Amino acid sequence: MSMDRREFLKLAGLTCIGIGVGGAQLLVRSRIASSEYAPAAEGLQANRWAMVIDLRKFRTEEDYDKLIKACHYIHNVPSFPDKYHEVKWLWKEDFEHSFPEQKNRYLPEGIEKKPVLLLCNHCSNAPCVRVCPTKATFKLSNGITAQDYHRCIGCRFCMAACPYGARSFNWVDPRPYIKEVNPEFPTRTPGVVEKCNFCVERLSEGLRPACVEASEGKILFGDLRDEGSEVRRYLAENFSMRRKPELGTEPAVFYIIGGGEEHV
Amino acid sequence: MFEKALQGRPKYWLWILFLLGITGAGFLVYLQQLKIGLGITGMSRDVSWGFYISQFTFLVGVAASAVMLVIPYYLHDYKKFSKIVILGEFLAVSAVLMCILFIFVDMGQPMRIFNVLLHPTPNSILFWDSVVLTGYLILNIVIGWTTLEADRKEVPPPQWVKPLIYLSVPWAVSIHTVTAFIYAGLPGRPFWMTAIMAARFLASAFASGPAFLIILALLIRKLTKFDPGKEAIQAIAKIVAYAMYANFFFFLLEVFTALYSNIPGHMASFQYLFAGLDGHGKLVPLMWLSVILAIFALAMLVFPSVRANETTLAITCVAVFISLWIDKGFGLVIGGFVPNPFERVTEYWPTLPETVISVAVWAFGFLVLTMLYKVAVSVREAQGPGESLH
Ligand code: SF4
Ligand code: SF4
Repeated sequence: MSMDRREFLKLAGLTCIGIGVGGAQLLVRSRIASSEYAPAAEGLQANRWAMVIDLRKFRTEEDYDKLIKACHYIHNVPSFPDKYHEVKWLWKEDFEHSFPEQKNRYLPEGIEKKPVLLLCNHCSNAPCVRVCPTKATFKLSNGITAQDYHRCIGCRFCMAACPYGARSFNWVDPRPYIKEVNPEFPTRTPGVVEKCNFCVERLSEGLRPACVEASEGKILFGDLRDEGSEVRRYLAENFSMRRKPELGTEPAVFYIIGGGEEHV
Repeated sequence: MFEKALQGRPKYWLWILFLLGITGAGFLVYLQQLKIGLGITGMSRDVSWGFYISQFTFLVGVAASAVMLVIPYYLHDYKKFSKIVILGEFLAVSAVLMCILFIFVDMGQPMRIFNVLLHPTPNSILFWDSVVLTGYLILNIVIGWTTLEADRKEVPPPQWVKPLIYLSVPWAVSIHTVTAFIYAGLPGRPFWMTAIMAARFLASAFASGPAFLIILALLIRKLTKFDPGKEAIQAIAKIVAYAMYANFFFFLLEVFTALYSNIPGHMASFQYLFAGLDGHGKLVPLMWLSVILAIFALAMLVFPSVRANETTLAITCVAVFISLWIDKGFGLVIGGFVPNPFERVTEYWPTLPETVISVAVWAFGFLVLTMLYKVAVSVREAQGPGESLH
């Protein structure tokens, strides 16, 4: 079984060919990567989808839970009793922990503990997209950060990279934990990552995102590049905040916190 | 030449069987993981990388450390290393194989692993890591095997390996630099986002890898007729000493920046690891054990007489190895995830299945290492004392 030099050269030669072919592939493919993927041509269109969440209008726990339920039903998001296996697209977290860098003990009463609705920010410079080794998470030209469950290898690099804890991994088979399956949307397999998709499938049918619809005006959704859009007008008139803007990710989810009103 | 790995005394076979047994057990548990999912591990939404990726990170360092023998020997013509460079190269081979396996067992969809090649993504550091690791594996197999074969035939090694050997030097640096970049470029993980990460990785690699080599060299002398050479071992010990001091210095730099700046995000992970955070402190005893072992090793390494005595040297090397294993094979990765982006603490501890799989990957690495070393030692034993020809 002794391997002599000739065999070795053969091996080395094959390796070189392999690297050559791989390299050529790489050059071709990376050019494709730099062009953005186009979303569906039908339905609602925008240059840059964005969301404005007006927390002043959220008064009861039900105001939040209704939206979470709508989102999680539509997208077949499982609910695990075990916190370690948790999958969530839209959820609530108190202000203090949603904006941990805004430490301020003297905020109006109730603000610190006020729930904030959290979801993927569909960042313009999304770190999750930057790190994914397979382009399973990628940007659409309308600003949405999309996820391909069939390409994802489950390396979870994107989870380490997302500064907003927006991504969930399917640690075990999610299907037994989906209360009621929506046949319109795929369920996921174990071993892939998922997150909010800004209801890209509804937009292509001309519908607004499920949470926006269920919120009855508490959440606005529109084109950030269109000066006349509702979101732009709202942002121009109300002071808004984004999560961790200092990281340069350019989140597309804006929060209007408000002050001394009554809080949940 | 490979037939040498298949000839051995009963003790050799017993050891091989033992390693095969552990690997087999781990494989069975892995099948379970394939069926159920990574949910059988202690990882969670918050601590989404655990023991597997930590081991990978640590072992990249062990692999890179071969260069600490290659540089003195091939670049500075330090003849004392002529017979043991091969030990470094073969250690690198088995370490890289373990790295690849650890990445593999960590994947949620391992059947799709070739997606990394099918959809190459140059902006992903993980893509580059797979490129440099594969390259380094091939380089070390080719270089190690060819030079050893030449030694066996008592001829100088062929000319074409020389450029490969020179290439392997920057390549070794690259594997650990790229691995550091996996962590150091992530926004929102302040514990990892430090420019000194790659340098610290290299320093700790050049301490832990050579320390392990010393232990292996001493074992080889005990168990076989091949003596790696007292002077060679002493030279490696010096490398361990310098690298360990550099590593500790870099660590203190991190602590200074985090604590003196007083920025909560930068302090939090250190607090979690060394003091506990919000009442959670599972890793605290381990991290202090690492510090104590490091201080002990540093104190031992300064004295030339302690290094000269092979018993105390062996003890020191074990301390170095364990200390750095805890630091990089555990604390570094977990610490980066705690607290989570909401400044909440979710703790991590490996589960039993996860541990069995990890131990099995190590056992597989030792299996490869044992067989490769068996070949190398057989060639050396046949050669008798004296320097080799290349
Ligand atoms: S919030 Fe996280 S998951 Fe969403 S686009 Fe930004 S980095 Fe990616
Ligand atoms: S887990 Fe999937 S989406 Fe995330 S980085 Fe890996 S391949 Fe990409």
